[in-house]
Amino acid sequence: MKALSQKRRHPLAAVALLLLGLLVTGGLYAVATNVNQAQASTTNNFTASDTAEGEKLFAANCATCHGMGASGTDAGPSLVGVGAAAVDFQVGTGRMPMQMNGPQAYKKPAQFNDEQTNQLSAYVASLGAGPALPEESLLDGGGDAAKGGELFRVNCAMCHNAAAAGGALTRGKFAPALDGVSSKHIYEAMVTGPQNMPVFNDANISPDDKRDIITFLKQIETTSSPGGAELGALGPVAEGLFIWVAGLGVIIGFTIWLTSRTS
Amino acid sequence: MSAATTTAEPAFVAKTKGGQITNFVDERVGGSGILREFGRKVFPDHWSFMFGEVALYSFVILLMSGTFLTFFYDPSMAETHYTGSYIPLQNVEMSVAYSSSLNISFDIRGGLFMRQVHHWAALLFVASVAVHMLRVFFTGAFRKPREMNWVVGSTLLILAMAAGFTGYSLPDDLLSGNGLRIIDGVIKSIPVVGTFISFFLFGGEFPGTAVIGRLYVLHILLVPALILLMIVAHLFMVVVHKHTQYPGPGRNDGNVVGYPLGPVYAAKAGGFFFIVFGVIALIAGLFTINPIWNYGPYDPSPVSAGTQPDWYIGFVDGALRLMPGVIGDFHFEFVIFGFVLSLNVLLPALIPAGILFSVMFTYPWIEQWITKDKREHHVLDRPRNAPTRTAIGMAGFVWYCVMWAAAASDLIATHFHVSLNDVLYWLRALFFIGPIIAFIVTKRIALALQRKDREIALHGRETGRIVRLPHGEFIEVHAPVDEYKRYKLVGFESPEPLPAQPNENGVVDGSEKRRALLSKWFFEDRVAPATPSELEAAHGHHGDHEAIDSSADNKSISR
Repeated sequence: MKALSQKRRHPLAAVALLLLGLLVTGGLYAVATNVNQAQASTTNNFTASDTAEGEKLFAANCATCHGMGASGTDAGPSLVGVGAAAVDFQVGTGRMPMQMNGPQAYKKPAQFNDEQTNQLSAYVASLGAGPALPEESLLDGGGDAAKGGELFRVNCAMCHNAAAAGGALTRGKFAPALDGVSSKHIYEAMVTGPQNMPVFNDANISPDDKRDIITFLKQIETTSSPGGAELGALGPVAEGLFIWVAGLGVIIGFTIWLTSRTS
Repeated sequence: MSAATTTAEPAFVAKTKGGQITNFVDERVGGSGILREFGRKVFPDHWSFMFGEVALYSFVILLMSGTFLTFFYDPSMAETHYTGSYIPLQNVEMSVAYSSSLNISFDIRGGLFMRQVHHWAALLFVASVAVHMLRVFFTGAFRKPREMNWVVGSTLLILAMAAGFTGYSLPDDLLSGNGLRIIDGVIKSIPVVGTFISFFLFGGEFPGTAVIGRLYVLHILLVPALILLMIVAHLFMVVVHKHTQYPGPGRNDGNVVGYPLGPVYAAKAGGFFFIVFGVIALIAGLFTINPIWNYGPYDPSPVSAGTQPDWYIGFVDGALRLMPGVIGDFHFEFVIFGFVLSLNVLLPALIPAGILFSVMFTYPWIEQWITKDKREHHVLDRPRNAPTRTAIGMAGFVWYCVMWAAAASDLIATHFHVSLNDVLYWLRALFFIGPIIAFIVTKRIALALQRKDREIALHGRETGRIVRLPHGEFIEVHAPVDEYKRYKLVGFESPEPLPAQPNENGVVDGSEKRRALLSKWFFEDRVAPATPSELEAAHGHHGDHEAIDSSADNKSISR
């Protein structure tokens, strides 16, 4: 100890300390992020046959753009490490295989059934660790709707609209309306960030918070509009259009009726 | 009722209770005299004359529903936790103002209906004011002696917008807070004084804890009082000036043809109030407006997609959206002595609205100066018979609509599956060329309609009956229009350009030369109404019937 204290004024002491500090923070950060990574990549229990069938389906339907072995081509990105959740979302909502090239893949009727989607997920998950399919307990809609609403307004409303009615992004891209999207797909979208959506990993929004958000979305989806027809929940533009077309239209009809006796 | 009769005869005693009460009132305030005077006021009947009434009735409905809302609304920005019956907001931290608005919507009997009545009536109020103004403009009803009433009406439009905007912010939800933030940004962009005004308004940095209370006072006290005052002035001038009328046989600048106020017109107008009320109540009962529970409490950090103001503020929001932040390498933001001058906010927020309202307020005098028409006008112009004015109006209307549409640029993009950027580029182009196209197209349409009118006056209307003449030619038989209809087609003024006039010193000064140029632009393209001699020439040959046997007439018939 004495030797150490004697050397505390050594010219390299500061450098050594700095190095130590950096190592500790860096190490802690690495551990912390690894914890999140580990959470994000817990693998689902896919069977070997799922993976093998998935590989065949992939080669037949996806490899044209994503390449053999999902290593990516000029037409489509590599899928190594995107995880089962990404495949389940993209294929399960019909966005993949893509209808046409464009700023964004459109939702359409799913082209594969649940079993095939699962097999494709298994195959892609086998290529590298990535976000896994969410656990059922997170999708039950039994969380705190009010907290989910707050999280939604802070994290999601700027693109998806406070009433989840969707919104425009630049150059033909858009954030879709969330009405009718299944809990599983909402969860998967948050962890994988499909299309132009950012990833909300577990460090950003914890799985329980995601459960709250899903609870909120399901709550507003199932609650009927208390004030009557909601005109698309699009806000004042829809309301303005309605009063000008329907409101004034009816009023003009009455004015014509009232003055029809003369002239 | 002279003094002699009251002394000679015993006091009049009414037979019934109602009669006695009526007589009591009449003897003290002279009600029958007022009623006799007003009951005889004549109002011309036309559907387009009724939008002012719609506005008035909407305002009455606003006063009534608004009073109901004040019973339960609390304009406090103090923080509270929601405990009402709407589950997705349970225990969320919010202002008392928002909480009380939610309570009106969910926990007070009839509250949501009244809120929706109030908001729908507000939209209809401003919309009917706007349509009423368009009617007045396009028919030239703002001409002497009604210039001042036009100014009062324009003021009413601005007050209506102010009333709407101050009310829009009261629920303190996310949507209205976002709108208020935009206004705050606009105020802060004003050079030198902007920041001070903003701090004064909000009682410190946005959002502060004062603004809702202040807006509430403006919304329920000052603005409605000013609107009422202006309505009184507006209606008083209508009584003084008497109502305008559309051209027609027997109508001129010296008379008013129509129904007397009592009893028919009063009954109609009274009934119309209930029709307007009914329509608003029906809409309010069936269609949601401003679902504040969707938006959540205001918090300066989240800004929701699809945030727009109510329709009447939309054009300002649209102008802000249209303005580019940079063009090439040119930035619209300057730092002068350490102060930021943000033209990319200041220009779109103030310039288009400034131009729109200045032209609106001064237009009667602008037109008067160009045309030198200082006569009184009580007979309206059909829009086609004032082609240049109609074209100017349409140019302004299209300009407004482009900005209006820009406020919905995001919804246009998502609902028509086009790129948001492309929508903006097109609207930016239309902002400049739209009014020009509208001016040219409208003027041509108006002139074409005038030519059609002239054609019909001279040669009658097409009957659709094709006749083959003995020598093989086919013609369509034209039937002459009756003289009432013909009056409408020919009974209008078509002024010619007025050349520059020398002033009292015999000098044609520069301003007069400019006026003459504008007069030429105003009246250069004109279609003169068919004159009596032209009518005579067109009809003279074949008398009352459209003769088809004389070959000399065939050309004029078939043309």
